Amino acid sequence: MLSGEERREIEMKLTDYPNKQAMSIESMLIVQRHRGWVSDESLRDLSELLGLSVADLDGVATFYNLIRRKPVGRHVALLCDSVSCWIMGCERVRDQLCSSLGTPLGGTTADGRFTLLPIVCLGACDRAPAMMIDGKLHEDLDEQRIEEVLAQYE
Amino acid sequence: MEKPLTGNFRADKEAVSLAEYERAGGYQGLRAALLMAPADVTELVKRSNLRGRGGAGFPTGMKWSFVPMGEDAPHPKYLVANADEMEPGTFKDRALMERDPHQLIEGMIVSAYAIDADIGYIFLRGEYERSYERLARAIAEAEARNYLGHNILGSGYSLILHLHMSAGRYICGEETALLNALEGKRAHPRTKPPFPQVSGLWGKPTIVQNVETLCNVHHIVNKGPEWFHGLSKTEDGGTKIYGVSGKVKRPGLWELPMGTPMREILEDHAGGMREGLRFRGVLPGGASTDFLVEEHLDTPMDYGNVQKAGSRLGTGTMVVLDDQTCPVGMVWNLEHFFAQESCGWCTPCWSGLAWTEKILFAMEQGKGSIHDLETLSFQTKFLAPGNTFCAFAPGAVEPLQSALKYFADDFRRHIDEQRCPWRQ
Repeated sequence: MLSGEERREIEMKLTDYPNKQAMSIESMLIVQRHRGWVSDESLRDLSELLGLSVADLDGVATFYNLIRRKPVGRHVALLCDSVSCWIMGCERVRDQLCSSLGTPLGGTTADGRFTLLPIVCLGACDRAPAMMIDGKLHEDLDEQRIEEVLAQYE
Repeated sequence: MEKPLTGNFRADKEAVSLAEYERAGGYQGLRAALLMAPADVTELVKRSNLRGRGGAGFPTGMKWSFVPMGEDAPHPKYLVANADEMEPGTFKDRALMERDPHQLIEGMIVSAYAIDADIGYIFLRGEYERSYERLARAIAEAEARNYLGHNILGSGYSLILHLHMSAGRYICGEETALLNALEGKRAHPRTKPPFPQVSGLWGKPTIVQNVETLCNVHHIVNKGPEWFHGLSKTEDGGTKIYGVSGKVKRPGLWELPMGTPMREILEDHAGGMREGLRFRGVLPGGASTDFLVEEHLDTPMDYGNVQKAGSRLGTGTMVVLDDQTCPVGMVWNLEHFFAQESCGWCTPCWSGLAWTEKILFAMEQGKGSIHDLETLSFQTKFLAPGNTFCAFAPGAVEPLQSALKYFADDFRRHIDEQRCPWRQ
């Protein structure tokens, strides 16, 4: 069931648009901010609330990479793998992250602390390589910096 | 040198506050515009020769002139800021939104007034959370001062502005795909015509403009097209926010006269290559632009001259290739991005780009064959303009076609040696 908070946020945002279909993406993002991901149950709840079919909603959900249809860890690390970060060594950053956390790219650590995902250019090209954890940007990543950043997240 | 777009930026990288913005002359362009007829605002923008800063370079005033005006025009009309910055190597719009959010808002109100739009949306990249916070606050401040909302400053003109958070995918930067995303659908591009100016969001007249483009508009109204021309070194008006990334000494962003030579940006501003590295090439305007090389370094960075050199100004943010980075690996990285981001709507794009990426990956892994060069060259023609539904795939093969030309020996070495010479 959607929480009262989720409903309120969705209903407030609905007034930005002329119809409910336009809320499909943002409503899923709202649910995701509260729960970390969008479950089948959440899709059914949103389907009822917005009057859209579950299939339509899932069609939208699976198009957009920032909508997650699988559970994630407590923190989500998005590692930029686009061209400027690639030149500046994001493959080394990826290898270090994977070995420090003990999970491949796309995976979640056994203790549920981190999910590690690739992301396209974060617009931090002058301070590459870069990654984003829970919406916060971390730049100029090198061996030492990566460990310092990871230590900030429990 | 005048820097209308970045002149107010604070050294501590915090957002310019509303009070600071107003002290520096903020919202004067809006006041000036509201005293004019909408068509006169469009006329000023036309005369300024402002061209779209998102990559395509379409003349802004001309785009607006296609919007139906007058009593019979369909309403609501929409203005959308394309703040979906996702061209790899591009980081200029994020700076504009985080550091001077009111500038974008004022630019949007004046642009919306010119086309008599009722509703505006800022279509913002999902990852740009700091931009979201700062823009949301600035919108609330502008509403409180009646720069937005009902009967703006007593003019009789009303505009509602909404902030829309996107959920990813590069294709949303294509304006008709963006409209589908804003309508809550999968972001496939639409057939043109009809063009969005006539039938866009929910079938109503809609203008979509890049953030940097919109940030120029009220300055033009406030100071005039002649002033705007005077900022530039070439026929394309204004300044441009140029950026440099890659292994240069001082990567960064600089607002400079439109038409500043590439060499000046790379050497004087970015400090040249890092110690021990040599320049080999550059993507002048993001991932979907053709490589340029040493012989092009004196090219003025404007629409016409970069095109003459064989590439595109694109977003004006350059990605530099050095002599210790593998050009084939770099092109593989670019095509990996494009293959992943293809929306899947038309077959040449999703199939051709996946094929292209696979070949380049194999080459990097030491499994390239001599026939691969023909296949890659075939792909650049197969995915050229006119063969796909939108401009995505033609852009995707621009760096590939130029790399095959300028770095042919490097491709050959990968095949002959059955390895990437840059990987140990």
